[in-house]
Amino acid sequence: MSDYKNYLADQVRMGKMNRRDFMGRALAAGVALSSASTLFATSAAAQEPKRGGHLKLGLEGGSATDSIDPAKATSQVMFLAVRTWGDTLVETHPTTRAPLPALAESWSPSPDATVWTFKIRKGVQFHDGKEMTTDDVVATLKRHSDEKAESGALGVMKSITSVENKDGDLVVTLASGNADLPQIFTDYHLVIQPNGGTDNPTAAIGTGAYKLASFDAGVRMTFEKNPNDWRSDRGYVDSIEVINMNDATARIAALSSGQVHFINRVDPKTVSLLTRAPNVQLLTTSGGGHYVFIMHCDTAPFDNADLRMALKYAIDREEMVTRILGGYGKVGNDFPINDTYALFPEGIEQRTYDADKAAFHFKKSGHSGPVLLRTSEVAFPGAVDASVLFQESAKKAGIEIEIKREPGDGYWSNVWNVQPFSASYWGSRATQDQFYSGAYLSTADWNDTRFKRPEFDKLLISARAELDEAKRKDMYRQMAMMVRDDGGTILPMFNDFVNASSKAVKGYVSDIGNDMSNGYVATRVWLDA
Amino acid sequence: MTGLGPDTGPAQTTVLTTAGGESLPPSLAVSGTAVPPAPAGAVTGTVWRRFTLRRPLAALIIQRLALSVALLFAVSLMIFGGVEALPGDFATTYLGQSGTPQAVENIRKDLGLDKPVTERYFSWLGGAVQGDFGTSWASRNSVSEQIGKRLGNSLFLAFFAALISVPLAVALGMLAVQYRNRLPDKIINVVSLAAISLPEFFIGYLLILFFAVQLGIATFPATVYDSMGLGERLSAIALPVATLVMVVLAHMMRMTRAAILNVMSSAYVETAELKGLGAFRIIARHAAPNAVAPVINVIALNLAYLVVGVVVVEVVFVYPGMGQYMVDAVTVRDMPVVQACGLIFAAFYIFLNMAADILAILANPRLRHPR
Repeated sequence: MSDYKNYLADQVRMGKMNRRDFMGRALAAGVALSSASTLFATSAAAQEPKRGGHLKLGLEGGSATDSIDPAKATSQVMFLAVRTWGDTLVETHPTTRAPLPALAESWSPSPDATVWTFKIRKGVQFHDGKEMTTDDVVATLKRHSDEKAESGALGVMKSITSVENKDGDLVVTLASGNADLPQIFTDYHLVIQPNGGTDNPTAAIGTGAYKLASFDAGVRMTFEKNPNDWRSDRGYVDSIEVINMNDATARIAALSSGQVHFINRVDPKTVSLLTRAPNVQLLTTSGGGHYVFIMHCDTAPFDNADLRMALKYAIDREEMVTRILGGYGKVGNDFPINDTYALFPEGIEQRTYDADKAAFHFKKSGHSGPVLLRTSEVAFPGAVDASVLFQESAKKAGIEIEIKREPGDGYWSNVWNVQPFSASYWGSRATQDQFYSGAYLSTADWNDTRFKRPEFDKLLISARAELDEAKRKDMYRQMAMMVRDDGGTILPMFNDFVNASSKAVKGYVSDIGNDMSNGYVATRVWLDA
Repeated sequence: MTGLGPDTGPAQTTVLTTAGGESLPPSLAVSGTAVPPAPAGAVTGTVWRRFTLRRPLAALIIQRLALSVALLFAVSLMIFGGVEALPGDFATTYLGQSGTPQAVENIRKDLGLDKPVTERYFSWLGGAVQGDFGTSWASRNSVSEQIGKRLGNSLFLAFFAALISVPLAVALGMLAVQYRNRLPDKIINVVSLAAISLPEFFIGYLLILFFAVQLGIATFPATVYDSMGLGERLSAIALPVATLVMVVLAHMMRMTRAAILNVMSSAYVETAELKGLGAFRIIARHAAPNAVAPVINVIALNLAYLVVGVVVVEVVFVYPGMGQYMVDAVTVRDMPVVQACGLIFAAFYIFLNMAADILAILANPRLRHPR
């Protein structure tokens, strides 16, 4: 706990957090961590959580094609739904991403981090009254790591070679050492279901704070309180209603007219209008998601390191954050990790817009003529505007960028990861290793910059098995430098998660893990009428 | 599924751009007087001709039905081809960035996407003919069941919008003729032109702003669900119905006005005037029956639009209707749903056009014997 207080104090010292945020976060963490924490209970007695009420959420990101099966939950709304009715083995700390016990009480790795033993919590009941056992956990993990399965978690589960129940403990064996295994088990697909959910994947039976009461894909779903919840520090409201609102204006109208308590995905352009409503508060959280322009390192002209460098110097990051994100974000430094990750490599010099350096590298690259950039509004909100800004700032450095606006429909299958230079978006992952393994390893499924460097791969795999944090941090620093100076990623900005709620909503935890308080918003907040 | 064509197939344009009614493709806009030739054949030809003479109305309906089936078949081909031509396939689109090549492959095999196009088309058509639209690829629910619910919602909304807009439009149109070129006519014209010039999402937003956000007297969002009572449902759809009425009113009203005015300049109306009949009597008894065909056609198109073309209104008001369902399905290439929606939409247009023709003929017997 003292680590966390120090962290908050650091944030204040660095001017990143005002007193109000500091208090908010301290309180929030008290809610999210453990109910035993008397420290926060006493200091925040005035803000004792209230129980009861009907919480209504108006959310973007659901569709008629949503499936309630956690293996196939991909949309934002289903992400929240799964977090509301189910629990994973491990949770993450809202501000440090450190792994915290959930359905697994504790864990320990073998010295080479290939064999992990998890103690499974006893006395936890599923919604149907059955007790959760280690066998259920084993079945769940097996279902999601099955090659034939259609699970969204298959990518992170690939390294697992065996999952066993040994005298009531869960024993997981990996092909190669991975110090971050607990964080992998925070993936929202991996909620523990009776017999792994193989009998009836869409039954939505879990151990979460709420039971799913009704589900109409793309329209609405309702939850009722789980009376046998194993935790007392969550699940404050009696019932929850999630209404699917894909229209941004509809969400804002619903919130300002008091029809819903919480909305997600607030457009930075409309923030000032929204906050004019007297009963509305803005909830922003910095996260690890980022907007990028990606170049294929193996395709001309982007196979030239100087050309890549020229383009990295030709983008005005500060301007992007102000104009595209409305200030709700932070500048990026051309590697996909920021200070929301544990073991973030500090002290790397921030790259800034420099027309002279850009012109120098462009000339050195020997390339002439325009560079074709493909973009679309679906790449990230404001991607087309961002591309035009990029074009303008590059023009001042004598680099001509030609913009091709692609149709949004089919962008992810026809342009992204196919064309050599395009706009794109990446969400954050639980750990640096997960991110680099998914997008920068030579053999990664989604290596969308064609970054293939054997020395990088070697470093990544040894860092994964390294249990000594100091050594590991140093390795991540080397990797970040490789990506920053040689990679195909132009990373101008990290975007904040921007949500809004009625002022009656209390206890919101700004969780850097993911949007909507890492999906836990419905179980963490309470209503104060 | 490789070798994909251009971005927009023909079927997609057919289904998605029927917004205003006017932009209906010629293949579907069957007008009252253009009766297609009877099926050929030596013996059946004469039997058919005799039947046509004796029961012209029944013959017309039979012809229309046959044509409708043929049209539906053609539409099914276009829809299938169109979805097939969309870039990207279900497996990659559905899994997005979280899917691995292995998972994509699994889904493809599971759904039979590796089979040839013709085989998939005919197995789908076979099911559709028996009323079985298969299961959604994405949610694995029965498409027929889902559509039943969504179509019910769409019809509920369309019914109340029509209940208000159709009588209102006809009455206003007749009123405009009665006072033509005088103040009431001008007011009706200006207001209806203004309403038709505003995009429907804008009207929707304005209504939400005033009645839900500022005054707080209307229900928003208009999400309806199973456990809702009729009263709640009606209050939920008040704003979308108001929006739809404003959107379709002008079109029908102006057509009523134009059609009646057109007839008013003809010789028999002049005769009626010379006989000294009252203005209202002339319009109701002499002009209206002759003007009814184009008016019914416009009404039919607008009714179809109320069911099929209200995606924007559904999105703005968060209303779970067919349009939103289909758009969601197109986004992830959920073929069974897209095809089923497309077929049902086409069936609506075809049915309403047929109904319009038959009604026009019932109202005006002269149309039964086209010259």
